[in-house]
Amino acid sequence: MNTRNKGTLSALALVAVTGMAHADIKIGFSAPLSGPVAAVGQDQYDGFMLALEARGGKLGGQTVNVLREDDQLKPELGNQIARKFVDRDKVDAIVGLGFSNVLMASLPRIVESGTVAIATNAGPSVLAGKGCVPNVFSVAWQNDGSAEAMGKYAQDKGYKRVYLMAPNYQAGKDFIGGFKRFYKGEIVDEVYTQVNQPDYSAEIAQLQAAAPDAVFVFYPGGMGVNFVKQFSQAGLTKKLPLLSAFTVDGTTLPSLRDAAVGTVSGAVWDVALSTQGNREFIDSFTKKYGRTPSAYAAVGYDAANLLDIAVRKVGGNTSDKAAFTAAVKSAGAELKSLRGPFRFNHNNLPIQNYYAFQTVSEGGRVTAKMVGTPLPEHQDTYAVECKQR
Amino acid sequence: MTFSLLLAQLLNGLQYGVLLFLLAAGLTLVFGIMSFVNLAHGSLYMLGAYAAAVVTGATDSFALGVFAALATGTVVGMLLESAAVSRLYRRDHLDHVLATFGLVLFFNEMTRMIWGPQPLFVALPESLSGTIDIFGFSYPAYRFLIIAVGLAVAIGSSWLIHKARVGMLVRAGSVNPQMVGALGVNIRLLNAMLFALGAALAALAGAMAAPILSVQSGMGEPVLITTLVVIVIGGIGSVSGAFYAALIVGLTDTLGRTYLPLLMREFASRDVANAAGPALASMLVYLLMAVVLAVRPQGLFPAHKG
Repeated sequence: MNTRNKGTLSALALVAVTGMAHADIKIGFSAPLSGPVAAVGQDQYDGFMLALEARGGKLGGQTVNVLREDDQLKPELGNQIARKFVDRDKVDAIVGLGFSNVLMASLPRIVESGTVAIATNAGPSVLAGKGCVPNVFSVAWQNDGSAEAMGKYAQDKGYKRVYLMAPNYQAGKDFIGGFKRFYKGEIVDEVYTQVNQPDYSAEIAQLQAAAPDAVFVFYPGGMGVNFVKQFSQAGLTKKLPLLSAFTVDGTTLPSLRDAAVGTVSGAVWDVALSTQGNREFIDSFTKKYGRTPSAYAAVGYDAANLLDIAVRKVGGNTSDKAAFTAAVKSAGAELKSLRGPFRFNHNNLPIQNYYAFQTVSEGGRVTAKMVGTPLPEHQDTYAVECKQR
Repeated sequence: MTFSLLLAQLLNGLQYGVLLFLLAAGLTLVFGIMSFVNLAHGSLYMLGAYAAAVVTGATDSFALGVFAALATGTVVGMLLESAAVSRLYRRDHLDHVLATFGLVLFFNEMTRMIWGPQPLFVALPESLSGTIDIFGFSYPAYRFLIIAVGLAVAIGSSWLIHKARVGMLVRAGSVNPQMVGALGVNIRLLNAMLFALGAALAALAGAMAAPILSVQSGMGEPVLITTLVVIVIGGIGSVSGAFYAALIVGLTDTLGRTYLPLLMREFASRDVANAAGPALASMLVYLLMAVVLAVRPQGLFPAHKG
């Protein structure tokens, strides 16, 4: 309702200032803002808005109007939102785009229109490889990256036998595949569980009986909370190294606390990083929203700063879509990302560090500690399939 | 090792079964005796989990959290009964489904507005957070508490329905409410109490599940579907049926999840077994329900009526 009012207002404003060289920058932001993964979408939005507010509501010196939409993690809704942003709102850029399945459904109209789109949560293999397109960027990651980092970490640690678990759907298989790409030891077993399964006691008992050297899991959101709690209650966190991706992160750690201590996660960002501006970001986010930011918030923050550079490059004139796209691409190399080294690869996905963070308890507070950078300035494996330069 | 693993899996199945029973007992009574379809039963489970999480967090006492959940379940159950449910008894089942589905959406959105989309944290008391060694296999101590609570409720409810005067009135009311009313029993109050009792049991299930599951908005719906399967298999309106059916479903699901993929590897390649095994295992309880509906549509342990 609010966004609709804002939309109407900005439309009126546009009419009022017709004839001026360039009016406000209009940005369409979509993310899952309700349902089980709402925390993920909310963090992206809050991170984005925090960077925007720090710049007085302007990007590249231009006043910005953000239209917010909730994709509810539904691909058909994501598609509708993309059409609305492109056809009705005529936005200058689309940011967010939700999970991989929603992003892929939104893609056709965005590619057709040439509107700049910046994903803050997904980097599906198709988009990174054969299906790469000039005007769609992912400022977040290629999906497999964190799992690949954990595979490399397990390899470097010398774990001989690893047990793998993930939900029985495409992303689960991609993550297991990513892990195996960099881990060359023995896979004791690969277990796929039902999506949104609440109880893992049976699988944990099997795992315990298999006695591996380490366990790698991919359980996003509530599934991860369930799994890690139950893993720790079975007394396994102390005995078995638990490696994960998108399982123990800023959105789930507050509900896990001690249960997650000792586990290792592959990620592009966590509070433990000492990159330029990171401390200020964490402090201002915590002050404004009353919670610790997650990697999703950091990516949202980076997305706004990326657009700031790009809009400045074109002098606020975003109507030439090709020029604006080129500006976004070159802005990647100038971005001072909270994650450390960052630039766009030729497939419009990031070349960046993938870190390993361990959850530790420091003076009664549970937080993350960096334990390595398994994949420094890593480029995804799909980039070779992307024909664009 | 294989024996202790099987034992651990049987305990897991039992534990899941008794948790399902806590939910199914209330649902089957309300459905069977008052002929009311309550989809919001899962929301009461969620509210119980939230109450336990919030009170445990504030007082550092899990026992107080469980009491808070019971109280919340009872109070919300009574409010729901008088505000909405009691107006719908005379309507048909479709109206029940519509109204209670609306309540599901309302409660999910309410918890999200108050506590946000992030899952809540629930601490286990130190004494329960350890493991117990069974033949060389470490099993979480807390799961034994769940089993104990579930069995205690099963015994208590069986006594209440079959031996206590209140239970007799409830059973009589389900067969001939007019006659029971004519004998001077306030049948409306009896129904309200029954509804509140079912709500309290659902909230208790939520409180018991809170330390092992992610406490978040919408957590009640997946478990509600399994609970409906339980009461259909057990026979609608039968508490003892709900108990046996809950154990059957709990064991089928747990053992199916564990051994079906292993079994499939004997026949098919590992990749096929890995993909198809979990999918088939998740269908098992529904297949069981389909078979029961085909062979004994009244359920395996129907309540004796008339």
